Amino acid sequence: MTSMVGMKDRVLMATIGDEDTITGLLLAGTGHIDPKGKKNFTVVTSKTPVSTIEAAFTEYTERADIAVVLINQHVADQIRPLVEKYQQAFPALLEIPSKDHPYDPSKDSVLKRVKKLSGE
Amino acid sequence: MSGAGPRENVFPTRMTLTLIKTRLKGAQTGHSLLKKKADALNKRFRTILGKIAEAKLKMGRVMQLAAFSLAEVTYATGDIGYQIQESIVTASFVVETRQENVSGVILPTFVKGTPPAGSGGESGNGGLQLTGLGRGGQQITKCRETFAKATETLVELASLQTAFVILDEVIKMTNRRVNALEHVVIPRLENTISYINSELDEMDREEFFRLKKVQSKKKRDNAIKEAEAAAKAASEGGGAGDAAAAGAGQGLLNEKDEDVIF
Repeated sequence: MTSMVGMKDRVLMATIGDEDTITGLLLAGTGHIDPKGKKNFTVVTSKTPVSTIEAAFTEYTERADIAVVLINQHVADQIRPLVEKYQQAFPALLEIPSKDHPYDPSKDSVLKRVKKLSGE
Repeated sequence: MSGAGPRENVFPTRMTLTLIKTRLKGAQTGHSLLKKKADALNKRFRTILGKIAEAKLKMGRVMQLAAFSLAEVTYATGDIGYQIQESIVTASFVVETRQENVSGVILPTFVKGTPPAGSGGESGNGGLQLTGLGRGGQQITKCRETFAKATETLVELASLQTAFVILDEVIKMTNRRVNALEHVVIPRLENTISYINSELDEMDREEFFRLKKVQSKKKRDNAIKEAEAAAKAASEGGGAGDAAAAGAGQGLLNEKDEDVIF
């Protein structure tokens, strides 16, 4: 069974997305810089290499204080294999649309699993 | 380990028979209980699936609104992204995890929580000190509110998703256990019981047969002894026949039968 130990420490919402998405979510107050200088958000531009995105994704999913990881859908597409392999319950992985890329349900990996299971 | 053949290795005694019968009963009760649990979980699962599909669409719409209000701010104030990123200290929007128990499964739900003490700034600003953004401040506040609402929807969605993933795992495991009981454990126990029963029957038959054999042998022995005694009496002559007969009668009575205890 999934371990519930350390659930109380998971409080932050991490974000991997384009500048506008990050700005908005930071406005809402999700941004956090811990004493060591680690941020819980990563800005992805058209010049950001895929390895940076993958590193950020791996980092956020392994940190113990993050409860939810938000990722823009077009960014998730760039690391689609990693996202599809992600099976943990914590932190929760959520694909969100961005300003230029409206939400596409057919690309969402969680929804795909949902559809597969509801078709059973 | 499949098919009707396999059974447990036990000595076929009556005691083991009772033991195995108890175990079989336990396995059957467990099986029906697990089936009920799987059904309850499945029902919950379907509800969550529906809710997730709905929530995702709602989130799509809400994020569009939020993005639009951000565009308004950029139009009014210019790009504030950099300033905001620099002024982050601690998160004012945090999530709290609550645990719900659904037929034995602990499901977490995320709720908007209160930030740890010491991270709040002026009311409504959280940890952000947005000095220097006086122009267009109203737009920014509106934008922040829209995004805060959007984030709350996101939090809801995250709860649903986590519950979904956990339930999925648990349902798979429960189904595995149900199948294991149904197709492996219970047939094995049933085979063991029929094996023990057949062995006990055979032992009974053997016992019976042995008893019969011993009886018939005793009968034969007795018949031989009587024949010998009669022959002896006949050879000793007719005169002593009565006496011999009486003597033979006495002899019979005096004979000791080892099987007679008293």
